[in-house]
Amino acid sequence: MIALNYRDSRPIYEQIKDNLRRLILSGGIAPDEKLPSVRELASQLAINPNTIQRAYRELESEGYIYTVAGKGSFAGNLHEIADLRVRELLSQFDALTDRLMGMGQSAETLAQRVRERGGKEK
Amino acid sequence: MIEIQDLVKTFDGFRALDGLTLHVPQGGIYGLVGPNGSGKSTVIRHITGIYRPDSGSVTVGGQPVYENVAVKRRIAYISDDVYAFLSASLKDMKEFYRGLYPQFDTQRYEQLREAFPLDERKAIRHLSKGMQKQAAFWLAMCCRPDYLVLDEPVDGLDPVMRRRVWGILMNDVAERGTTVLVSSHNLRELEDVCDHVGIIDRGRVLIERSLSELQDNIVKLQIAFEGEAPELSGLDVLHRSAAGRVQTLIVRGCQAEVEQVAASLRPLFYDLLPLTLEEIFIYELGGDDNDLKNAVL
Repeated sequence: MIALNYRDSRPIYEQIKDNLRRLILSGGIAPDEKLPSVRELASQLAINPNTIQRAYRELESEGYIYTVAGKGSFAGNLHEIADLRVRELLSQFDALTDRLMGMGQSAETLAQRVRERGGKEK
Repeated sequence: MIEIQDLVKTFDGFRALDGLTLHVPQGGIYGLVGPNGSGKSTVIRHITGIYRPDSGSVTVGGQPVYENVAVKRRIAYISDDVYAFLSASLKDMKEFYRGLYPQFDTQRYEQLREAFPLDERKAIRHLSKGMQKQAAFWLAMCCRPDYLVLDEPVDGLDPVMRRRVWGILMNDVAERGTTVLVSSHNLRELEDVCDHVGIIDRGRVLIERSLSELQDNIVKLQIAFEGEAPELSGLDVLHRSAAGRVQTLIVRGCQAEVEQVAASLRPLFYDLLPLTLEEIFIYELGGDDNDLKNAVL
């Protein structure tokens, strides 16, 4: 279910988070579906259980998953998560916009670009 | 918890361990790395109660190990060179282990048969090096140890078997909270399995950290400026190299902090990259007086 890329220089827990996030957002893991236990994932991926635990803990604090004591971790509600993701991507969009404007692109040029993409969609 | 305090061991006038101090937290997986001849195996032979310290203390679960049967029963050890009695088969060694470890789990032995395709009747000494390692693993995992001490454990194992062995080990750690100390030269592999890392050199521990602490507090920053580069105040730079306009800096600090400072300097561009364990070691220990640079690679 989760594939780690050993050429990826990002820390393992981030790769695991990324994988799970994508699975949850795409519906690969359904809302309220149980996630593999820390032990299962640790032995399956041959990764330190504390690393898996950290990924789960952070996903929980970001609202992607929730934990039921004694039962394990579950995928969160898709709508709320989609909202979360939109907010996350928008802040990336803002950062990118800042950089582009820093390089001399005017707000109007960028707005025009966004409108053109909107036009393509229809 | 495995604790070593100011350990000194001298062999024939040679100070193999020179006041070494090390802590393996309960339920942690501790990677011990260092150049050849730095004292890794000597440390391990103290933890397993084979050597008697000249001075200093070695305790496992709060108890001194040397000549302490009750503690040693809770420790399983896989040495770099696997030992088996002359013409002893796996079945024979299993009986021997059962005699030493009262909690030896025969059921576990049966379960693990699936994982290790070995002829249990053949003399272990006649098996290949990799197969001998598998045999040692099989037996060690059946001892249900609270402490597992591994000296180059997957050396000689094929890639499939390495993964399988680590998988079995991670399962045990997650399930039973086994405390593990492992020495290895494979930093890529240690990065996956360890949560703490210690580097030793010339009989001393140079650095001992949790892996997440290491990874979260050091980043690689690539940055370029138009014209003269400004003073990079506010950044704790460990290492700097430049190619043309582009500077590559190894900076101590968390990603968000470094990013904030970098952006405020109005560069042409900048990029933040995480570091691998290998890189962290090289930069943390960088400097001309340290030959560790070559050793950990």
